[in-house]
Amino acid sequence: MSAAIVEARGVHKHFGGLHVLKGVDLAVRERELVFVIGPSGSGKSTLLRCLNRLEEPSDGSITVDGIDMLDRRTDINKARQRIGMVFQSFNLYPHMTALGNVALALRRVQGLPRAEAEARARQALERVHLADRAGHYPGQLSGGQQQRVAIARAIALEPRVMLFDEPTSALDPELVGGVLQAMRELRESGMTMVVVSHEMGFARAAADRVVFMDGGRIVEEGPPEAIFGNPQQERTRAFIGQIERH
Amino acid sequence: MTNWDRFLDSFFNARVAAEYLPKIIEGFWLTILLAACIILAGVAAGLALAVLRSLGIRVLNWAIIFVVDLFRALPPLVIIALLYFGLPAAGLSLSGFAAAWLALSLVLMAFTEEIFWAGITAVPKGQWEAARSTGLGFLDTFTLVVLPQAVRMVIPPLTNRTIAITKGTALASVVAVQEILGAAQAGVSFSFNPTPLTLGAVAYLVLFLPVVILGRWVETRFAWKR
Repeated sequence: MSAAIVEARGVHKHFGGLHVLKGVDLAVRERELVFVIGPSGSGKSTLLRCLNRLEEPSDGSITVDGIDMLDRRTDINKARQRIGMVFQSFNLYPHMTALGNVALALRRVQGLPRAEAEARARQALERVHLADRAGHYPGQLSGGQQQRVAIARAIALEPRVMLFDEPTSALDPELVGGVLQAMRELRESGMTMVVVSHEMGFARAAADRVVFMDGGRIVEEGPPEAIFGNPQQERTRAFIGQIERH
Repeated sequence: MTNWDRFLDSFFNARVAAEYLPKIIEGFWLTILLAACIILAGVAAGLALAVLRSLGIRVLNWAIIFVVDLFRALPPLVIIALLYFGLPAAGLSLSGFAAAWLALSLVLMAFTEEIFWAGITAVPKGQWEAARSTGLGFLDTFTLVVLPQAVRMVIPPLTNRTIAITKGTALASVVAVQEILGAAQAGVSFSFNPTPLTLGAVAYLVLFLPVVILGRWVETRFAWKR
């Protein structure tokens, strides 16, 4: 069993008077796909956003690929290149083409010359089967295509870990498949992934481990068949029962 | 002389028009020069203030908001008068052109700062997060991701405000600048005939209609491809 590449310990997060994370421990091994599920407001997105420090944890420690993410001396911009993130609302830059979206960080963060950055960006778009859309603007792409460009934007930097924050929640049902397919292929290439999502079919088929969160804590975790088939905790049972009815 | 003849003689007197047209044309170029200087300085300063404001330094932001509200509240003519008639008392005298330029630039700066600021804050937070998550720093994110979107969003209000302020160049006539209105008024007082004012109005149309049309073109040109 390989060592943990993501390690969060005792993570707390307060938003004003709201205590959103109440001491979360999460370790993700290399090449592992961890699914985080839970009711809305359970803190799962906040946890994900703490991992690359889009949110500043109030307490605890977070290490990614050996880097102490919360150390003041850590170059956060450098560290974030190792952590790709995909958002619910895609967040593509509307004033840039798909290629421009993917190439921006390659040029400005990794300092590649334009030609090389664009060649790498094209490769990343090929991996999500959108090479033919390189010159399109986000507004000219479907939601599913936009999300795949967003995946390409993240993987172009060759991250060690990918974080997915409800990547299919904003999509029409018929567009979900393409995004899940891109995630499946990423998984097969050996990418370490932490996914916040309610795509239970995908979780069952692809996840190594499912983590159920409620009220800012991890309530239960285990392999998907155990969490979905035989949950031990009452709250997990109630939640699984609720989503399975849909 | 019928009323109609009197009307024509007052506003469309060919002899007066021919005599004062050269002055109006000079005023026309002076108005363009003044307007161009105001737009350049005002928009640049407004953008600079909006950029400074987005750094989120509290004391600085208070200062910016104070200056901006001051120049949005004061009537431009009052500022021109203060600079032109007031500053000499402090030992600094500005030409009418300089006073008008400075006053209207400050007003345009104040309004464009608010417009750019509105645009910057209207860019969704997710744009910041996406850029920062790829390792882009604050400055790159701001200049390459946020600002281009903000600028596109605010082009319509920006062109409107710019046109409105540059029309304020007519106020410079009060401090003896021979721009269009100043030249026209001088013509009226020498010829005892309002025809130069008609010429002035036509000159303003010739100047601002293309600007309005250009504004429309810029708005469509910078809309995102969909």
